[in-house]
Amino acid sequence: MKKLIIALVTLIPSLAFAAGGSNVPLESANIDLHDKESLQRGLDSFQHYCAGCHSTQYQRYSRVADDLGISVDDMRAKYIFDDSIKIGSLMENSIPSKDAAKWFGATPPDLTLVARVRGEDWLYSYLKGFYHDESRPFGVNNTVFPSVGMPHVLEELQGLPVKQEDGTIVSTGGKLNAEEYDQVVRDITGFLVYSGDPVKLERESLGWWVMGFLFIFFIIAYFLKKEYWKDVH
Amino acid sequence: MVKNIVDWIDARIPMTATYNRHVGQYATPTNFNFWYFFGSLAMLVLVNQLLTGIWLTMNYVPTAEGAFASIEYIMRDVEYGWLLRYMHSTGASAFFVVIYLHMFRGLIYGSYQKPRELLWLFGMLIFLVLMAEAFMGYLLPWGQMSYWGAQVIISLFGAIPVIGDDLTLWIRGDFVVSGATLNRFFALHVIALPLVLVVLVFLHLIALHEVGSNNPDGIEIKKNKDENGWPVDGIPFHPYYTVKDIMGVAGFLIVFCYVLFFMPEGGGYFLEKPNFEAANPMKTPEHIAPVWYFTPFYAILRAIPDKLLGVVGMGLAIAVLFVLPWLDRCKVKSVRYRSMVHKLNISQFAVSFIVLGYLGAVPATPALTIAARIFTLTYFGFFLALWIYSKNEKTKPVPERLTH
Repeated sequence: MKKLIIALVTLIPSLAFAAGGSNVPLESANIDLHDKESLQRGLDSFQHYCAGCHSTQYQRYSRVADDLGISVDDMRAKYIFDDSIKIGSLMENSIPSKDAAKWFGATPPDLTLVARVRGEDWLYSYLKGFYHDESRPFGVNNTVFPSVGMPHVLEELQGLPVKQEDGTIVSTGGKLNAEEYDQVVRDITGFLVYSGDPVKLERESLGWWVMGFLFIFFIIAYFLKKEYWKDVH
Repeated sequence: MVKNIVDWIDARIPMTATYNRHVGQYATPTNFNFWYFFGSLAMLVLVNQLLTGIWLTMNYVPTAEGAFASIEYIMRDVEYGWLLRYMHSTGASAFFVVIYLHMFRGLIYGSYQKPRELLWLFGMLIFLVLMAEAFMGYLLPWGQMSYWGAQVIISLFGAIPVIGDDLTLWIRGDFVVSGATLNRFFALHVIALPLVLVVLVFLHLIALHEVGSNNPDGIEIKKNKDENGWPVDGIPFHPYYTVKDIMGVAGFLIVFCYVLFFMPEGGGYFLEKPNFEAANPMKTPEHIAPVWYFTPFYAILRAIPDKLLGVVGMGLAIAVLFVLPWLDRCKVKSVRYRSMVHKLNISQFAVSFIVLGYLGAVPATPALTIAARIFTLTYFGFFLALWIYSKNEKTKPVPERLTH
């Protein structure tokens, strides 16, 4: 008991430092990596709206097709327009990075691992965070990435987003209503989370087998130890 | 047949004698508790790092242009490459968890005291080399935090008067961290330092088996022998502690594999988020923090306002551990039979170390800097206080035989 009190008393100073966190409230992305249709839609939107400028150069077309349940022929027909690119090629950029740097002021970053750098909620909030701002070169700004050097490429879907006085964003004139737009953004986020760590589902399912084996191994090791130690008083 | 082969070998090298001396007939105290798992676990993690390291090297490209992409190649295209890589990255953090607990065990049971000073010194050298090994290994993925972490740490040597700037240039092989730095860190990480590490571990074990293991009571089992010269409170290492350590290994692997398979980033502490972005010498990350196992020492560095004194303070924080056997002047080893002052002192030291670890990981604010200064003082205060009170410490009577 005395030991416990000592331990608790000495721990008090550390409690004062337990606080902390981010200053931008992020919306929960709520993605589901098991939802292959969502990931396929995410790939489709990504290739349509993002891949013009952003590469995902650490992954291969064939692997993505495999993991997302798309046939190789579909992958080729829909997303590979250059005959010199093989199905096993890396998903590199279509525009040379030097030109891109000239147009945007900086090379658009590769996005294969962006979900691991920023987190899924950040991505989701970022894609929902564009709003009309005349003072910016592309006419838009972003709530979670202020002064971002990127146009609002999803504007034809969302419409013109206007930031209200209370900080919320209301958009009008897009092809999609707010709920449909959220789903598109969620799909893209899901695809990028998949891209960042494509082995996640396989890893976790293998993990349960490993944990199961180790628990049995531990029990056997425990009884083996007990048996051997019987003669040590 | 087998006996003939063994006899043939024994006539040429002392195989059986060596086995008996270090395993089969090594007298081990009967009362090892939970804290005594971490020595064998450190060995397990070392083997894990060596083996996974060898296989990672087969696909890793040690150039500034190819390093980052080759890691992703291992993660995506090499069969079970992700498993090898996560075993290695999780293993690095596990190594420090295990080593810190192993060192803390030595601290609370006085395992550094006479006659185990050399054993402690070899252990401290292992700790030192391990830090260098981890630091150089962290540069190899060539991510943003690899790059900027190395940039910050190497620049610390620049604070040394007169030779500082030339020294940093010599370490980097360039004016900034570059491909040249990566190449030499790779060489040191995969060849030089592992060799030194293995030699030191060998010496650590030789020293241990010469003087014998300490135990939670901190008394020498060799003082109480039966008519055959076997310690009354001793049992052979094999099979007793081999089976017990297997149980420890199973328990450890449950935790290790949980992290490995379900949270390999370790909440952003084992694999830091900015490190998933390739190194960019033109773009400094918002917040540069070393990996968690360096943060207590990093916090001490930042707490001291002067750069040179900060570097000296950080060096001292590690150096002072080397002389621990001579700072503690008490004859009683185990915390069980030592004074309340000593118990409180060890507790506050553990808390100081953990809080400094936290403070070194978060961005500094004025309030946190003051906290870091206070805990830097309590960190060093542990050693000063120990040296003062241990001379005439009021201890409890030590038992003749081991207690359970």
